Amino acid sequence: MATRHDTAAPPAKEGGAAPGRPAPVPTEAEQRHRARLSRRWQRDKRWSPYAFVSPFFLLFLAFGLFPLVYTGWASLHQVELTAPTDMEWVGMRNYTRIFDDDFFWNAAKNTLTIGIISTVPQLLMAMGLAHILNYKLRASTFYRVAMLAPYATSIAAASLVFVLLFGRDYGMINWALHFVGIDAIDWQNDKWPSQFAVSSIVIWRWTGYNALIYLAAMQAIPQDLYESAALDGASRWKQFLHVTLPSLRPTILFTVVVSTIGASQVFGEPLLFDANKGASGGAEHQFQTLGLYLYEQGWVNQHLGRASAIAWTMFLILIVIGIVNYVISRRLRASS
Amino acid sequence: MAPEDAVPTARKVRRPKSARAGGQMHGGPIAYIILGVFTIVSLFPLVWTAIAASRDNNRLAQNPPPFVFGSNLFHNLDVAWNDANLGKAFVNTTIVAGTSAATIVFLSTIAGFAFAKLRFRGRGALMLIVIGTMMVPPQLSIIPLYMMVAELEWTDQLQAVILPSLVSAFGVFFMRQYLIQALPDEIIEAARVDGASSWRVVWHVVFPAARPAMAVLGMLMFVQTWNDFLWPFLVLSQTGNPTVQVAVAGLGRGYTPDQSLIMAGALLGTLPLLLVFAIFGKQIVGGIMQGAVKG
Repeated sequence: MATRHDTAAPPAKEGGAAPGRPAPVPTEAEQRHRARLSRRWQRDKRWSPYAFVSPFFLLFLAFGLFPLVYTGWASLHQVELTAPTDMEWVGMRNYTRIFDDDFFWNAAKNTLTIGIISTVPQLLMAMGLAHILNYKLRASTFYRVAMLAPYATSIAAASLVFVLLFGRDYGMINWALHFVGIDAIDWQNDKWPSQFAVSSIVIWRWTGYNALIYLAAMQAIPQDLYESAALDGASRWKQFLHVTLPSLRPTILFTVVVSTIGASQVFGEPLLFDANKGASGGAEHQFQTLGLYLYEQGWVNQHLGRASAIAWTMFLILIVIGIVNYVISRRLRASS
Repeated sequence: MAPEDAVPTARKVRRPKSARAGGQMHGGPIAYIILGVFTIVSLFPLVWTAIAASRDNNRLAQNPPPFVFGSNLFHNLDVAWNDANLGKAFVNTTIVAGTSAATIVFLSTIAGFAFAKLRFRGRGALMLIVIGTMMVPPQLSIIPLYMMVAELEWTDQLQAVILPSLVSAFGVFFMRQYLIQALPDEIIEAARVDGASSWRVVWHVVFPAARPAMAVLGMLMFVQTWNDFLWPFLVLSQTGNPTVQVAVAGLGRGYTPDQSLIMAGALLGTLPLLLVFAIFGKQIVGGIMQGAVKG
């Protein structure tokens, strides 16, 4: 590869014909030919960037933006799964209907609590792990790969395994707990245990991934900062607080945003964790998330219009979270 | 590591980048204990899937849970394979994940190259849109997509899964970050001065330079599409024409599901990717960290 580029080393800049050599007078045909080439070259230079980015944007328009807008449009109609093209205008009724539905608020609350108990410990643990991995270690690649193995496991497979591990009567976790004197916990039917169990699948799959992202950011911090902090007598903990954390702020923000988006959409884990194999998120909707509620309204109850309203509500919530995030990060930046 | 590493070198000596990047302080025993615990937690559910898959349903409904392998593994794998139509599911998933990953890598490389190295009007705004699309939750688009699929009568057909997964904003971002540093401007200029058209530049300069990142992005996207659940679950049936994840999820249905069979299916669904990981784990880890630095 390198050799090829070497032969293509840039000649002298434009108009770089050696001064000593008299320039041959080009014929008219040659001039026209050159002008045409140069026009083509100009056109190529001008438009090829658009040619390179347009496939992405065309596909995004078709499968990203159009559906986004159309979902908003559909949310103002009554649409049934059985006849998705028959749309009847109902204005805001889908929204008022879901806001009147206790199950919507239940799902919103569950999404929030599951989101918090899966995201907060996950990111804290990832930060700690990254800090440890940033030391010089034997076999450090092994730990990184092992930690990332859950990322290669699908939601479907992971959820099914965790259902067994969290079994009430014969699950390994209850079996281990009885040694420390804790009675069997009904991980599927009790509200908080079931939410914890669903969250643990998320935590298990994503902690290693986030740890690697933090580790990458930590390795980009210049060592001089630590050395001067050490010279100033800062302990390792102080160094972590005053050097590592501030440097990681953009990365932390990034992972918080990505995890928040992920948490707002949790779907496969609660769907497959359900002992009744339904979309209700447990017999009493104790771990039904908004994603699952959307699926239930759209594909079980067949109200696509209402499901669209849920999707847009989720989107609006995310936008609000995004704005709050942005404001907080600006404040943080301003105060530091 | 070599023992010399432990000898503190003089402050003034600039260490090789790799040594500095690895952190200067050595981890103590506590670091190894914590890492050991996390490694076990990460790997145990996977190992236990295999153990559970090698038992029978009755043994799984007893205390204590089994910790060692039984003799039923191949029987269970065989039944799960046939029950869940896994042969077809594997072919389907390979087609879906292969097509998506290859297309994403190609489109992301040319778009990433344009964003990294070419000047054009609207570049900043378009890049902002790319980053913005990473924030749009996929649930927002599934309803119209589902209507489209229903209208086109693509239900249960693979193109319904493939088409929406052909673009990745993350991919564009990833390739852009890589090409900014991996591809010197001079090389492109040189090729341009030699009269190469933009496509020739892409083909003879950008692709060779981007090959390592393309390989990593390809693997990441393959893993992601292979594991995709929500959309294939909606448009593909669990028995007719499933992907692996849909087929595996389908194993858990029914009133008295056979747990050892479910675990056998889950094992089969996970194994190919774990193999990819065992072989290319280092590169994948490097790729994720590469993509993260400027995230």
